[in-house]
Amino acid sequence: MPLPRRYALTLALVAGGVLVWLALAAWVLWHDLSAAEQDALGAMLEPRAPLVLLAATGLVFVIGVLLKRWFAAYPATALRLSEQVRDIHAVGAETRIEPQGGPEMRQLAAAVNALAVVHRTLRRSVEARVEESNARLVQQKNRLAALMSQLAQSVLVCNAEGRILLYNARATELLAGGVVDGVAGAPVGLGRSIFGILDRSLVLHALERLHDRMARQQADPVAQFVTARAGLLLRGQMAPVLDASNALSGFVLVLDDITRTVEAGSRRDFLLQQLTEHTRASLGNIRAAVETVQQYPDMDVERRGRFTEVIRDEAERLSLRLDETLARHPESLRAPWPLEDMLAADLLAALQRNLASTVGTIVERAEAVPGLWLSVDSYSLVQALSHVVAQLASRFGTQALSIDVAQEGRLARLSLRWTGPPVDPALVHEWEAKPFAVGAHGQAPTLRDVLHRHGAELWCRGEDGATGPRADDPEALPAPQRNRLCVELPVTQPQQMAAPVHAARSSRPVYYDFDLFSQPGQTPEVDETPLVELAYTVFDTETTGLSPSEGDEIISIGAVRIVNGRLLENERYEQLVDPRRPVRRQAQEVHGLTDAELAGQPGIEAVLPVFHRFAEDTVLVAHNAAFDMRFLQLKEAQTGVRFIQPVLDTLLLSALAHPGHSDADHRLEGIAARLGVPVVGRHTALGDAMVTAEVFLKLIPLLAERGIRTLREAREASQKTLYAKLEY
Amino acid sequence: MKTILIADDEPNIVISLEFLLEQDGYRVAVARDGNEALEAISKQVPDLVLLDVMLPHLSGFDVCQRIRQNPAWQRIRIIMLTAKGREVEMSKGYALGADAYITKPFSTKELLAQIRAQLAA
Repeated sequence: MPLPRRYALTLALVAGGVLVWLALAAWVLWHDLSAAEQDALGAMLEPRAPLVLLAATGLVFVIGVLLKRWFAAYPATALRLSEQVRDIHAVGAETRIEPQGGPEMRQLAAAVNALAVVHRTLRRSVEARVEESNARLVQQKNRLAALMSQLAQSVLVCNAEGRILLYNARATELLAGGVVDGVAGAPVGLGRSIFGILDRSLVLHALERLHDRMARQQADPVAQFVTARAGLLLRGQMAPVLDASNALSGFVLVLDDITRTVEAGSRRDFLLQQLTEHTRASLGNIRAAVETVQQYPDMDVERRGRFTEVIRDEAERLSLRLDETLARHPESLRAPWPLEDMLAADLLAALQRNLASTVGTIVERAEAVPGLWLSVDSYSLVQALSHVVAQLASRFGTQALSIDVAQEGRLARLSLRWTGPPVDPALVHEWEAKPFAVGAHGQAPTLRDVLHRHGAELWCRGEDGATGPRADDPEALPAPQRNRLCVELPVTQPQQMAAPVHAARSSRPVYYDFDLFSQPGQTPEVDETPLVELAYTVFDTETTGLSPSEGDEIISIGAVRIVNGRLLENERYEQLVDPRRPVRRQAQEVHGLTDAELAGQPGIEAVLPVFHRFAEDTVLVAHNAAFDMRFLQLKEAQTGVRFIQPVLDTLLLSALAHPGHSDADHRLEGIAARLGVPVVGRHTALGDAMVTAEVFLKLIPLLAERGIRTLREAREASQKTLYAKLEY
Repeated sequence: MKTILIADDEPNIVISLEFLLEQDGYRVAVARDGNEALEAISKQVPDLVLLDVMLPHLSGFDVCQRIRQNPAWQRIRIIMLTAKGREVEMSKGYALGADAYITKPFSTKELLAQIRAQLAA
């Protein structure tokens, strides 16, 4: 109740009460008097009635004045005080209450002022501390960014699920999706899965080793691998990122392009080996001839002549070979295929796991010699041996085998043993020479390549005393026997890898988003994820016309990504497509693309797979998405690419956020104008995708006000809106 | 008289080996590649084979393995001669049934001593 009304009411009550009380007292007094006294008093008062009335009025006036002063000193002051306290709280800083009203109120004001001073000091120190730590954080981020951009290596930081949280420009360069037939692809991006970029089993294999090493509490757990990707040979080093409880919360991946060094190294290695072998052979021949001549000094002249001819011939070949080799001597230093030190027991375990999961073989594993270290590229070696076992399984039906490793001096002999028909060495040679698939990204190496890298030898024979196919009767059916496939490779001593030092490069931006560390990932829970936390691909297409069912085609696709509520301007996709049919005139007036501009661009069957990879693991967003999705869906059969991720439509979302507007207001320009999004580059696919993305970002909080927060809520509400019934 | 088969495709070493072995009183046969070596053995089983690793067609390792797979040929002694000096190859040779493994260049005296030792064993 406002103060004046409360005052009037209180005044009426108090004044009325006093008057009624006086009237009551007068009435009691009156009835207490005898009749004679009443008459006497009546005669006395009657002529003075105006005076009594005046006294009553005066009383009311006095009460009114006193009450007013009290109101001013207490309730009104208290009200003002509370407003001022609210000001102090809201505005905070400098406002003070001026002492007023009754003395108690003045004391109260002074107490509040004292409190305000303390409050202000406290607040200032908190603000200062927040500012300080923010500044420190920014500084650290910048330092990290500067450091990363200076690295000559490609660096990717991923969370435990393999989503990219941070990468540098080198990583984008190195892993750019391989430009195939002029189609661009940019698969490195925040929130993307590393598994879409590198071979999944390779990364998992490295992660597994990282886990093993951490479980063994190794001081510096790092796993290495080598992989071929788009014609490049990459060396990867993986190190763990630990959380507060020392559990693995992610990993850092450092990639190096070692294509050229390894090529040069292999060349030199080959030359060196050839030279050694030829030298040994020639020297052997010379030495044998010389020793023979020395041992038989009295041999006849003709025979002696043949021996000296051998010596001359071999000496000549030797010098020729030496000249040749020196002339072709490569400049580069020798860089062997990078191998990693690994316990033999771990290699056996990895082999056992891989055989069980890929070939389905029952593997009995013997305990390895403790402390036996090997220098291996464990991924290739395990893959190669699994390939051999797969061949055994398909050819001889081998389903169970045992594996063990034994030390033979400076060599380790890894054996696979099984019972079955004997294996012809020619068949083993065939397996050695045949490439085995190592993943989608590179040329497949052969078993021989892998063995060569390890300086290893492989053979297969029956166990002691058993017979093979009879050489005198090759047609006879071979009896099953205990077979043993051996791989022998050098033993090593473990050593720590020194971190390489690299020269500085020109500064380039580094892209990071550590909030992705808490990203739930690609699971059914995605539906319950708040819209702000999801990763989106916002896209738009331009077409030859409006009727996909009548043969209209996509001529341009543009897309941008939104991760954790940020529009990532650097991660964009733009591609023109040759529609292989003329563009309709009305459509050409909208987007301005001519047949001549489109001729020679890649076809849709080359473009969609790349766009599909760009949009992998994200929610698709488009304005009037039904139209664009229809074009994509009609191409499913032709391209073999399906877009099955959730789709949101800014047209429908806008209708949900602003239900009062007419249909025309939900066109992209209308929404953009209403939400204050500048419209730039309209009617190019990328331009429209950008505007749509900004509109979408502004719609998210508006939807939240209407209780639409998660992806599921957005999808369900969209379906209910009128526009969802539109069909193209 | 003991028979020795030399399986080597390099005439420059064969000439010395053939002469030395003949002078030492062995009957000598020569094969120029892996298949020829196996043919020669099946015609007349030698007491010892001097086997070069890098033979055309069928490698020395393969020939060695074939010999050891045949029960009738178990008493043939096999000495492998090679220009490949790596330890792991030597180990492979022994694993496939070679009795001795000699790396080029070698001393002819030692080779003859090795042959005598193998034939006496």
